[in-house]
Amino acid sequence: MAILDKHTILEKNITLLSIFAFLVVTIGGIVQIAPLFWLENTIEDVEGMRPYTPLELAGRDIYVREGCYVCHSQMVRPMRDEVERYGHYSLAAESQYDHPFQWGSKRTGPDLARLGGRYSDEWHVDHLRDPQSVVPESVMPKYGFLEDRLLEGEHIEDLLRTHALVGVPYDEDVNGEPSTDRFENARADFLAQADPDSDYDGLLERYGENVNVRNFDGQPGVSEADALIAYLQMLGTLVDFSTFTPDESR
Amino acid sequence: MAKQPNKKQEVETTGHEWDGIEEYNNPLPRWWLWVFYATIVWGIWYTIAYPAWPGIKSATAGYLGFSTRGQVAEDIAEFETRLEPINATLVAADLNEIRGNDELEGYAVNAGAAVYRTWCAQCHGSGAAGAVGYPNLQDDAWLWGGTMEEIHYTVSHGIRNEDDLDAHYSEMPAFGRDELLTREEVEQVVNYVMSLSAVNPPVDESLVEAGAEVYEINCVACHGEDAQGDKFQGAPNLADAIWLYGGDYDAIYETVWNSRFGVMPPMGGADLSEAEIRAVTTYVHQLGGGQDPE
Repeated sequence: MAILDKHTILEKNITLLSIFAFLVVTIGGIVQIAPLFWLENTIEDVEGMRPYTPLELAGRDIYVREGCYVCHSQMVRPMRDEVERYGHYSLAAESQYDHPFQWGSKRTGPDLARLGGRYSDEWHVDHLRDPQSVVPESVMPKYGFLEDRLLEGEHIEDLLRTHALVGVPYDEDVNGEPSTDRFENARADFLAQADPDSDYDGLLERYGENVNVRNFDGQPGVSEADALIAYLQMLGTLVDFSTFTPDESR
Repeated sequence: MAKQPNKKQEVETTGHEWDGIEEYNNPLPRWWLWVFYATIVWGIWYTIAYPAWPGIKSATAGYLGFSTRGQVAEDIAEFETRLEPINATLVAADLNEIRGNDELEGYAVNAGAAVYRTWCAQCHGSGAAGAVGYPNLQDDAWLWGGTMEEIHYTVSHGIRNEDDLDAHYSEMPAFGRDELLTREEVEQVVNYVMSLSAVNPPVDESLVEAGAEVYEINCVACHGEDAQGDKFQGAPNLADAIWLYGGDYDAIYETVWNSRFGVMPPMGGADLSEAEIRAVTTYVHQLGGGQDPE
């Protein structure tokens, strides 16, 4: 194969070798990097997704801090057994406000992507306090201390601003118009969600009607358990699947 | 060191030579080379047959039209078609006649067991023995009734939840916290209640009589004169040995003082189909405590 012998021309000419090596790396680079610029179009538009409320966002931080993702995934894969057990398979849009996403790949415990509304708040309190009291075969550690740690929410606005920096639309209102309401009322919203006796109309106005306002842990004050349970009770409940038509080509 | 055989004569060289060192030119094994070429051809075929190449708006759909979503929809549809006849029979059947119809009951119990493990086991336990605050479904003590129809209603609508307006609802007053009773009266009534049940004897016998009076005024309306409870209000029987939140002094005291508010989410609506609800109803009914309609 005489043509293969021609590689000696490349091998013996450093300039030519550099040019061709550069070409090869460029092609490889384009194939891998260019699609990232069109990443947005892989996320379908779905109705109902909203940024997390301040309390849910704080709960999510606790979820990450405690390493819940080490044992729990948050992605229902499109397979029959998973759909039957957990519910509708997860959509990319459902993680679009997650920084970082919590998909995970290790399931020591069950998937949590559709956990919201499945159990009562009391169950979550019991289960965080002593998982084995409700699920004897569970190996989950106890998280009762979360109830004793009260949150003031003094930095919650900064947290929202940080998320806005990476693209979560906290700088918009529910209709997508620019607005600083969510920042200015961050702390009020944070406190209102865990107190059903508060004036939480503003919270619903800023985040939509699909927000749980309850005293999640059943005790006065906003504890870490309140925040975490608020987050867990929201998981997977935002997208309105009655109006969702799956795009078959995905 | 073993002496390397001199292969210079057998193997051709690339012709590169430096200071007398030459570079062998060993060709790749043929089989390896052909497998390599085959994977290239297969790779090209794959990107044509399956979704692969990204475009500006979307990716190529692929010649075979495969999609993971299409496949899962197909898988689910296949099972639904297979189960459709029996599910239709199950939904059409009279609730009280499911048990007794061997084919239907056999299906309902097995399908119901699967539903139970997915949706109910987390609270009521994988063996349905319950836990503190979560009723045991094996026994014949039923807060809201244990006939097929009553279980069906409870599973469909749940208890004390905000999601379903038809959910069972009742609320015991927090006699102590809301200052309906004094601490002394609470202590009396707790001792009286303990005297009703065979589990734990009263802590202080002398308070039982006064407690009976407190009971008469405050508790009879729901729990009944004979303390047998009332399934229409979800008021538990206080005279049996079964205690949802514990039957010792402290637990009963806590119940009277702060009351309890157990919640069960509704399973009807988006979560379970009517056939699944009927299946799990049948499963729970046959666990041991199921009752016949009066």
